[in-house]
Amino acid sequence: MAGNPQVNPQGYPHAIRAAFWDAARAGAAAAILAFPILALRAYQNGRGELVLRERWHWMAIAAGVVFLARFAYHARGNFGAARAAAPAARGLPALPGALKPWLAGLTVGFLFAFPLLALWLLGPQASLKWISTFGIDILIYVMLGWGLNIVVGLAGLLDLGYVAFYAVGAYAYALLSTKFGFSFWICLPLAGILAAFWGILLGLPVLRLRGDYLAIVTLAFGEIIRVVLVNWGDFSNGPAGIISIPYVTFFGIPFVDADNGFAARFGLEFLPIHRTIFLFYLILCLALLTNWVALRLRRLPIGRAWEALREDEIACRSLGIDTVSTKLTAFALGAMFAGFAGAFFAVKQHFINPDSFRFIESASILAIVVLGGMGSQTGVALAAVAMVGGTEMLRELDFLKQIFGREFDPAQYRMLIFGLAMVLMMIWKPRGFISARTPSIFLKEKRAISASHVKEGHG
Amino acid sequence: MTAKPLLTMRGVETWYGSILALKGVDIDVAEGEIVALIGANGAGKSTLMMTLCGSPRARRGAIVFDGRDITNLPTHEIARAGIAQSPEGRRIFARMSVRENLQMGASVLRGAHFARDIERVFAIFPRLKERASQRGGTLSGGEQQMLAIARALMSRPRLLLLDEPSLGLAPLVVKLIFETIRELNKSEGLTVFLVEQNAFHALKLAGRAYVLVNGAVTMTGTGRELLARPEVRAAYLEGGH
Repeated sequence: MAGNPQVNPQGYPHAIRAAFWDAARAGAAAAILAFPILALRAYQNGRGELVLRERWHWMAIAAGVVFLARFAYHARGNFGAARAAAPAARGLPALPGALKPWLAGLTVGFLFAFPLLALWLLGPQASLKWISTFGIDILIYVMLGWGLNIVVGLAGLLDLGYVAFYAVGAYAYALLSTKFGFSFWICLPLAGILAAFWGILLGLPVLRLRGDYLAIVTLAFGEIIRVVLVNWGDFSNGPAGIISIPYVTFFGIPFVDADNGFAARFGLEFLPIHRTIFLFYLILCLALLTNWVALRLRRLPIGRAWEALREDEIACRSLGIDTVSTKLTAFALGAMFAGFAGAFFAVKQHFINPDSFRFIESASILAIVVLGGMGSQTGVALAAVAMVGGTEMLRELDFLKQIFGREFDPAQYRMLIFGLAMVLMMIWKPRGFISARTPSIFLKEKRAISASHVKEGHG
Repeated sequence: MTAKPLLTMRGVETWYGSILALKGVDIDVAEGEIVALIGANGAGKSTLMMTLCGSPRARRGAIVFDGRDITNLPTHEIARAGIAQSPEGRRIFARMSVRENLQMGASVLRGAHFARDIERVFAIFPRLKERASQRGGTLSGGEQQMLAIARALMSRPRLLLLDEPSLGLAPLVVKLIFETIRELNKSEGLTVFLVEQNAFHALKLAGRAYVLVNGAVTMTGTGRELLARPEVRAAYLEGGH
């Protein structure tokens, strides 16, 4: 650092020493934590005996990484002071003005072309993974994120049991179709209505609660639904779940290799992937519907009442807003979209059991909403791509296997990586990817409200 | 008093758990009047204001507004009956623009004559018009108070409740706010019931006033009368004003 002009030449070596010791402490803590997790590994040898294998180099790597990261963090803090004079850019880099209005249209256009493009480029076998895991799975979470965004982002009600409504929708379709033979197109609205009904049922008793207390009750509600599904065997078939759920049809025409099937009717060669492509378009339309409704509602009095409710409940009541029905509509609408998504999930999976509706799902959806910036539709979509697509990408990283050995599966570390990503987010972008709020009414031009002025929700 | 009574409180008792906060208060506000309620910290001024709005609820007594018993109406129904409040600490929606704040104030009317009403409050508070697309949270304290009052006016209330409108404002701004209230009362005949710690300003503005001590009304009279009383001067006006 000699020769580097510093404001405080005496303070600098001292700061480095302090940073070094702090990083060393963090590294030591990491080593202690890594000892039982990474350094010792029990495995079964050929005779079925449990043998302890020592892997000190793993522990060393973990401690080293933490040490370097901590040191880099301090270094950034010190250099950051020099950069503070320059105005820090917040939010995404501004797009060229001409491109902006086209961006949404371009994205939607690309999404509609995506499955056909994948099929054309990769063929029916290789494209299946792209359409199914990268397409459908991400879109389900985009839709769930947008649905939860109504409850958490707009109305400011922290809901930790959102997956319960997803489960209601999934079981609604699974049970109605297997027991009564209802078709998917009848069950889809029914699943939404049932989920909304449960949303109101949950909403009624918890209306008086706010913040942490509301979060606890919704968390409990999510677990209650799952535990009931596990234990009420007569109704839900318990942990075994429901199998042979009818496949989706093209508005009544099944996707089968027969004369009355989809391919034969439309003069195409039969391919199993047709159904997957149809599912992709279905979830895309459902997600776009969610987005459209949410954006519309934001401009209507009810949407503004939600935002006002998030800001100040007492002020709302003194202005004559019925906070009870305002909260209930938020809960019911959010739940309804989860119900739609659940019905879609059931028709896509062909089999469901309570294991798909654990708390970790609620947490992931909430993480998507928080990561994306509460209340921002685009941010939520980006966060869903990052979280769900990111997990899938991890499986593809073969070079990691060359470093850590053949048995290394990066996907097993995804929660660790998400945890790290969340911590980094909280440090650098505490309000999410896209945190600016666009006013829903404006005079001449729409001006986004800068992130630095936007307060996090109070829950 | 010849004017028609608009708001009547009779023997209103409010309890916080086992603590009696209002000990049977009688208040009358006639149509077109400005009535002030003054008192020291903890006398129960804000409790009285909140009781009017139904949160907390009066355990005993009756609150009648315009001939209708509102004692047990839900808070939002009371607001819809024609009582608008500029609450203590202003409580504007900080993340929403000035215009959106005003829109929230008009939600009782479901958007009827919104365009005319917003021009009206902009005429009363020209500063808000300049700041129409600015976020509420970025306004100065005085502007926020103006916004709180303007937001309350958007519902075309029969009775405007003001809870500590001078709280934390510079003397010049306080003067401006009080002049505006007087002007509104004179030109539109708006009935105002205000709670103030700033007794001097409140008593000068108000036609009649009540003094609240420990949850009970101890004195009442015209603003001028109370200003002249030595015990009022000693308790609320000495030192500073």
